[in-house]
Amino acid sequence: MIATLGSDARARALAKDFPILAQATSRGKRLAFLDSAASSQKPQAVIDSLVHYYTHDNANIHRGVYELAARATEHFEAARAKVAHFINAAEPAEIIWTRNVTEAINLVSYSWGLGNLKPGDAILTSQLEHHSNLVPWQLLAAKTGAELRFIEVDEHGIHQLDDLDERLRGVKLVALSHVSNTLGTIAPLETIIPKAHAAGAVVLIDGAQSAPHMKIDVRALDADFFGVSGHKMCGPTGIGFLYGKRALLEAMPPFLTGGDMIKRVQFTTTTFNEIPWKFEAGTSNIADAIALGAAVDYLEAVGMDWIHAHEQAMTAYALERMRELEPLGLTLYGPPNPADRSGIVSFNLGDAHPHDVASILDTEGVCIRAGHHCTMPLMEKMGWTATARASFYLYNVEEDVEQLIAALRKAAQIFKLG
Amino acid sequence: MEDFYKEYILDHYRNPRNFGHLERADAAAEDLNPLCGDKIRFELEIEDGRVKDVRFSGKGCAISQASASMLSESIKGEKLEDVVRMSREAVLENVGIGISPARMKCALLGLKVLKSAALGEIAGWPD
Ligand SMILES: Cc1ncc(COP(=O)(O)O)c(C=O)c1O
Repeated sequence: MIATLGSDARARALAKDFPILAQATSRGKRLAFLDSAASSQKPQAVIDSLVHYYTHDNANIHRGVYELAARATEHFEAARAKVAHFINAAEPAEIIWTRNVTEAINLVSYSWGLGNLKPGDAILTSQLEHHSNLVPWQLLAAKTGAELRFIEVDEHGIHQLDDLDERLRGVKLVALSHVSNTLGTIAPLETIIPKAHAAGAVVLIDGAQSAPHMKIDVRALDADFFGVSGHKMCGPTGIGFLYGKRALLEAMPPFLTGGDMIKRVQFTTTTFNEIPWKFEAGTSNIADAIALGAAVDYLEAVGMDWIHAHEQAMTAYALERMRELEPLGLTLYGPPNPADRSGIVSFNLGDAHPHDVASILDTEGVCIRAGHHCTMPLMEKMGWTATARASFYLYNVEEDVEQLIAALRKAAQIFKLG
Repeated sequence: MEDFYKEYILDHYRNPRNFGHLERADAAAEDLNPLCGDKIRFELEIEDGRVKDVRFSGKGCAISQASASMLSESIKGEKLEDVVRMSREAVLENVGIGISPARMKCALLGLKVLKSAALGEIAGWPD
């Protein structure tokens, strides 16, 4: 019955790179960290990068002429180049540093959206979206008079594309998450993006749940904008980025304004800097950008294809083991075929509320997320109050699943289920 | 924390007391726990400045529902001014299990909503 994971030995070795995972909980339990979709843990190499920067290189960038400032600038721009290579952008200038994907999406909403949408136009998104890829479009629609439309999903969270051509009529912007943070659904972008372009729309992809877990090639996808949060891909909090095609970025007005994003300022007028700096007003998050570069080095050394394969194997295994708990009232959500999903498993256990389940799992050292996962409209559509969610990353091993199953059995026992 | 979920908590969760709606409510309020979207509504029938009858409704975790259910039992016949002054400690004592900081709002949502109903305006988180 036990499906031994071929990739488990490597994941076990990689877990040693993450010092936080070695600790026991205050109750003396082994830590089973199954909430990487919310924020991943950080390898020693990333922690070292932060310490190294502040110990050896710290200075403001693009300004000082002295050696420290030159070194800080060099590392900061090298990190941009690493990120560009990581997602196969044509050039580093197409990478704009932001705090996170939420800021990346807001940048596009304000800078591209306000100037390009008018009444009669439409924005197309899906019913799966995180609030970060929904609320900005609600506001943009309200401000410009554009209509907000949705690609529907079925009960498994799979995109329904039969009437896509019709829904694309008049659409100027398509904004979709690559992978759903609630159900793990991988969006069929290879079908949607060409059709969106044929309809004359610009396409923004929320890559928060894909870039950390699979090889991204923005040029093969032909995405116009692609946003990522560093903290979900082994990087620090407070740093993320927006990829945008050069021609689009050049035509867009700046988002935030002030220092660093200018070429020349006179009392009443300003000439803006070139991309990407035009969009980076004020002192950037230098140390964290450099550390995100270190995270990219780490992920590339591990191999994105290996990470994806390991997570799919973990997910298939977890789904198989969790099905054993169906007699206790466990319900699994999301695409039934593991190949259609990433390492995210949403579920409920009988009539126990997911918060209670998460609290009981916590006493057993198992960290999961419970709630609406910032997808309240999806919850409402599905008729779920909330779900519990386990998510996997490169450092998760079979033992984490064992611990999850045992803790779920305990929760079922406490709630007298089955 | 090991006996985190006592028998009576589950009983209140699965068989909440005073659950539903009043035919004629003199005061009512509802609110959400922003962390989890859990929702509670309290309805009060008031006579001579006292709670004559009470109903609550909503959806949420065992802690929030049991806390609201126990609260509804404890306020019948109480003066409105005492309900408004009810302390967070009284509620936590009533719930009677260790509540971690992460779950504190679950335990206190009922009291917040009840106070809002009694005050006729949104009450802050009880402290
Ligand atoms: C799909 C998706 N989009 C957007 C976000 C928002 O990410 P951040 O809070 O880092 O901006 C998340 C994070 O939970 C996410 O999973």
